[in-house]
Amino acid sequence: MVRKVFIAMCFISMSLFGQLVHAGTPTGQMLAYTCAGCHGNNGVSKGAIPSINNLSAEQMAQAMLDYKSEKRPGTVMNRIAKGYTEEEIKAMADYFASLKK
Amino acid sequence: MKTRIDRREFIKFAGAAGAVAGITLSLPACAQTKNGGAAGAKVVVIGGGYGGTIAAKYIRMMDPSIDVTLVTGEKTFTSCPMSNWVLVNMHEFEWLTHSYDKLAANYGITVIPETATKIDPEGRKITLKSGNTLPYDRAILSPGIGFKWGAIEGYDEEAAELCPHAWQAGPQTKLLHQQLEAMPDGGKFIIVAPPDPFRCPPGPYERASLVAHYLKANKPKSKVIILDAKDKFSKQELFVSGWQKLYGYETDNSLIEWVAGSSDGKVVEVDPQRKIAVTEFDEHQADVLNVIPPQKAGAIAEATGLTDDTGWCPVDHKTWESKMQPNIHVVGDATIPGSLPKSGYAANSEAKVCAAAVVDLLNGREVGEPTWVNTCYSLLAPDYGISVAMVYRIDADGQLNSVEGAGGVSPKDGNSAAEAIYAESWYSNIVDDMFA
Ligand SMILES: Cc1cc2nc3c(=O)[nH]c(=O)nc-3n(C[C@H](O)[C@H](O)[C@H](O)COP(=O)(O)OP(=O)(O)OC[C@H]3O[C@@H](n4cnc5c(N)ncnc54)[C@H](O)[C@@H]3O)c2cc1C
Ligand code: HEC
Repeated sequence: MVRKVFIAMCFISMSLFGQLVHAGTPTGQMLAYTCAGCHGNNGVSKGAIPSINNLSAEQMAQAMLDYKSEKRPGTVMNRIAKGYTEEEIKAMADYFASLKK
Repeated sequence: MKTRIDRREFIKFAGAAGAVAGITLSLPACAQTKNGGAAGAKVVVIGGGYGGTIAAKYIRMMDPSIDVTLVTGEKTFTSCPMSNWVLVNMHEFEWLTHSYDKLAANYGITVIPETATKIDPEGRKITLKSGNTLPYDRAILSPGIGFKWGAIEGYDEEAAELCPHAWQAGPQTKLLHQQLEAMPDGGKFIIVAPPDPFRCPPGPYERASLVAHYLKANKPKSKVIILDAKDKFSKQELFVSGWQKLYGYETDNSLIEWVAGSSDGKVVEVDPQRKIAVTEFDEHQADVLNVIPPQKAGAIAEATGLTDDTGWCPVDHKTWESKMQPNIHVVGDATIPGSLPKSGYAANSEAKVCAAAVVDLLNGREVGEPTWVNTCYSLLAPDYGISVAMVYRIDADGQLNSVEGAGGVSPKDGNSAAEAIYAESWYSNIVDDMFA
């Protein structure tokens, strides 16, 4: 009985987290992973590059949109932010915010 | 029994939501269903550099029920990025070396500091130098580059002991450093730059810049000469304008001279004893001869039949699975990476896509949509940095391609002082991503 419930749970988790999330655009997690090489483990930076683990989802999304539109100056972030749609920016911002304790 | 299953059930569920990291499951029941489930699946990663460490670590972060072994060849890793900085005394050599201890302690990765000598794709097992074997469900290779010894006549492994390449960091970096230090004022430091594709496209030009910086301060009558197989190179305009500002480039007293392939820059032969580089029409006497030879995928990739006639490994860019052998994935410099360059940042980004795909495949799930970033900082002087950055994805034609309108090189009037400082921070952060 418990086992049956369990298998059902596996199914649910698979469809929830396997199917829905993988629908054409990269997940927030996949997008966020590409930032860590510059911004550090989970966005915690050493040295001059700012940490991005402590921004709210709104702050991060706004910063990215401002880089994308050149409203905010930067050495490299403008070039990077232009690679993403608004939707993707929101997804990565939500992911980073979800790491906050 | 009941409570155990309940607990597993919870952990597996939470784990799938990405909320749990660092919990090891010995035998979750998902593995027993025919829906897949990766518990206890074995992944062996070969190569503990820019690609391999990330593949191993991110698999464990995404699915701690997968058993991951990292075969590294050596006890510590020595980084090529920043080795040009060390060459000219900006940092100690130790800055380049990194331990695998935290990968074992924090992520439960089994680290084996041995060389993998053979892979049996049918039997799915890897033989180590000791003779021990490791079975795998999926293998991931990030073995880096090998050299085409003899492609430049006279330049083989022995010649590299006299005329170092320093294109794999370690003893070669130390040797080139000693030679630079020992070079007399008025000497010629010749860099033989390779044809595309090769590891770190801006690397030879960063090296030329930093050696020029060293010479300017220490041996101002000397000169760096780049003999190139190519007619153009990465971030060329930014390098040239920096060289003009810093090193009198294209004046009579220029500290740097670049000879394009079509201007007889292509070196066809070297005499390593006498440090002479021979082009089609000329001979160049060097005091230090730094030969960066033509390259191919690392030896283990070739020996396993993963390379095609280009010498590199063709892979499916959604999963980085080899097109030559099933269940073996290849990332990093050894691959044919679409429009990504052969850089450490690209290897890092490829390894994350590969790790996610391997986790999906082992769990019987559809593979997620990938995306990549590349960044390469180069230093022209300790306080003068430039960069190239780009976002990549699979385009409408199914090709790994750069995103239109994004990326590119630093603007001409960019903040090169800030970029030099960011470059150092980049290094601290990418090695944390790999080793911490
Ligand atoms: C001078 C220089 C400067 C550079 N600067 C930059 C930079 O600023 N930014 C950047 O992004 N990139 C830079 N690069 C490029 C970067 O070094 C490579 O692109 C990157 O290392 C590729 O990662 P990889 O995992 O493919 O190979 P590596 O990082 O070289 O890792 C491969 C590892 O696998 C091991 N190995 C190979 N075969 C076996 C085997 N059979 N068994 C066990 N272990 C094995 C090797 O010993 C090595 O440790 C630079 C390169 C050079 C030479
Ligand atoms: C090349 C290295 C690099 C990469 C890759 C990179 N960043 Fe940045 N980031 C920087 C630097 C440097 C700055 C400082 C602004 C500037 O000079 O562009 C910055 C600034 C930021 C800021 C502003 C932080 C603040 O406190 O105001 C945010 C937000 C940010 N980055 C998010 C991201 C996200 C999200 C990604 C991944 C999609 C990313 N970055 C990828 C280097 C990088």
